[in-house]
Amino acid sequence: MGYTKDQLLARLKELQIDFFCYDHPAVLTVEAQAKYVGHLGGALSKNLLLKDKKHRYYVVSALANTNIDLKVLSQRLGLGKGGLRMAAEEALQEILQVPLGCVTPLALINDSARDVSLLLDQGFKSQQSCYFHPLTNEVTLSISASSLDKFLISIGRQPSYVDLEANPAVGKDNPPDLASLAPSGVPALPDKVENAVTSIPTGNDGLTVKKPTKLAGEAKSLAALQKEKLQKVQSSIDPLAEATNIEKLVKEIMDKTSTAFLNEITKDLNDPQIAPSVSDVVKRRVSSDLEHMMMSLKNAAYTQGFQAGFQATLRSSLQSLSMQK
Amino acid sequence: MAEEPTKAGSAGGGDREGDDEQVVNPWEVTAKDGGKIDYDKLIEKFGCQRLDESLVRRVERLTGRPAHVFLRRGVFFAHRDFNEILDVYERGEKFFLYTGRGPSSEALHMGHLVPFMFTKYLQDAFKVPLVIQLTDDEKCMWKNLTVEESKRLARENAKDIIACGFDITRTFIFSDFSYVGGAFYENMVKVAKCVTFNKVVGIFGFTNEDHIGKISFPPVQAVPSFPSSFPHLFSGKDDLRCLIPCAIDQDPYFRMTRDVAPRIGYQKPALIESSFFPALQGETGKMSASDPNSAIYVTDSSKDIKNKVNRYAFSGGQDSIENHRKYGANLEVDIPVKYLGFFLEDDAELDHIKKEYGAGRMLTGEVKKRLVEVLSELVERHRKARALVTDEVVDAFMAVRPLPQMFG
Repeated sequence: MGYTKDQLLARLKELQIDFFCYDHPAVLTVEAQAKYVGHLGGALSKNLLLKDKKHRYYVVSALANTNIDLKVLSQRLGLGKGGLRMAAEEALQEILQVPLGCVTPLALINDSARDVSLLLDQGFKSQQSCYFHPLTNEVTLSISASSLDKFLISIGRQPSYVDLEANPAVGKDNPPDLASLAPSGVPALPDKVENAVTSIPTGNDGLTVKKPTKLAGEAKSLAALQKEKLQKVQSSIDPLAEATNIEKLVKEIMDKTSTAFLNEITKDLNDPQIAPSVSDVVKRRVSSDLEHMMMSLKNAAYTQGFQAGFQATLRSSLQSLSMQK
Repeated sequence: MAEEPTKAGSAGGGDREGDDEQVVNPWEVTAKDGGKIDYDKLIEKFGCQRLDESLVRRVERLTGRPAHVFLRRGVFFAHRDFNEILDVYERGEKFFLYTGRGPSSEALHMGHLVPFMFTKYLQDAFKVPLVIQLTDDEKCMWKNLTVEESKRLARENAKDIIACGFDITRTFIFSDFSYVGGAFYENMVKVAKCVTFNKVVGIFGFTNEDHIGKISFPPVQAVPSFPSSFPHLFSGKDDLRCLIPCAIDQDPYFRMTRDVAPRIGYQKPALIESSFFPALQGETGKMSASDPNSAIYVTDSSKDIKNKVNRYAFSGGQDSIENHRKYGANLEVDIPVKYLGFFLEDDAELDHIKKEYGAGRMLTGEVKKRLVEVLSELVERHRKARALVTDEVVDAFMAVRPLPQMFG
């Protein structure tokens, strides 16, 4: 169903895009690829398929020696600190329709990748030619950045070049600078990926937490493979730790409240610009107090649980003691 | 930079060099000639380093949030190996925090809260665990309290400390009388073996008349820097680095600790140190438990605060309005502006006040009014949080329990 290499190359020719192709044995890593084409003077690329917590996907395509910090990128995209991780192997097949080790911006030609966000290393722009896989591991495509742009525009994409190594502070006064590059809608997952998700009941209250165990396992092998292309990745998340993350909770509450207020107020205001700055001031003043109150709540709840646990253990010990007699 | 102070301590005086020099040690802080503490001299004498702007920027980058007020305003101004801790953190490794209090009195004032407010920020920003030591044994010895009274004060102070907003899933509070023993005591003996009598006399100024309790106390404050002192928390993590936020008068304890650590196979603790909180009556005044007007207490009502600030806060303004408009205020000695430097979060507003007040356009009354507002808000918030700290909450914080989420 996905495009083949030949179909892709035919499309490039139609668009009158100049390119070269080099054949070589299948390669899964940049190092291996470099053995065959590294001496030819073009810029090798490393390509990652990433996923955020809302199941949105990102292709990050960079020069091989650009440092990519997933934590920093996650914050810059407005996903918080641990929001980005390597996508599962299945996603490569389902969304990009390319084999393992073959992530490439050219895969966006497939309709299945229509909701994938693309981040390109601005370093490509200063290179004469850049190397990407044209939907197969057995070929390296040499193409200039401007030609890549031409191709992307032809498939309805705006090329976005980013300084991937930049690490701007993201905080109250500095909104995430790449937030506009996060996909706006949550895409419908292809059926196969959804079926791989299994439910695990947690606790005695009957609440279930969906943990994509199969995907998590696969994600590890994919990450291990791309380890040379990337630094360490965030570990998986404990739902209780998420629920007791006070800063996150306060931020969500404040965001919801201020959005609701803003919507109401801007209806009546003459100057709609005032409202956002007012809401910022309000947020700042209330957030600090709210955070303190939430910490008191957290500590109190923990204490109650701790006492209950202690009593429960005491009872069961006493019971087993008395039964021994 | 030299680890040791530049002048060897003289017998019977510790870091005291004579009455015309400033004295800074855990039990005495006196400026030279009744003037101000010279922090540059102190840094040079102790051999620690200044915390410069670039380190503050680095902290902001690594934590992804604005630096705490105390860092921005230079309240925490000196350090030992803080850059190494940041290196460790940047590599994705962890560290733990250690701070403490000598529970000598029931009433805490704003100055007592400063290290805890900063430690809370460090805990939240870096998401690391914290151990808090209550040295009830020390106060029992130095202040001649009964064992029961010092234990009681420790628990009362713990409530105020908890009210600063520490996270129970990442914090272990302990009092020496309850916790010393086991692995903690083993480390105390290891440290004690490495410090001669002459050395403690040199560092702390003990004399032949001091009782042996005092002389053998320093290891108690040293060993919480070592992860193996807390097997229920850090078992198997013997290389975990420690960062100690404290006031700079505690430096002698940790100079000793850093000297001993490599000799017993442990990592040296890092330090981040604050300057002293000025008394209401001015830098040269003494904050004393016997004079309630020398400080703002966490139990003060808004009326008390207003009264104390208006009547006792040392003003750098001129004696008459005309002179004030002409010459402006002396910001060097003005206490309200100094206090605002600690507690007013808004940098822009503080700069504005300093500018206008220094030029004489703003009057002392206005500055004091703003200070009263800021302090009242802080004290009120503390009071509310304190009311929610019951004995059960203290028990939970002090329970010897694992903290599985401590790095989460």
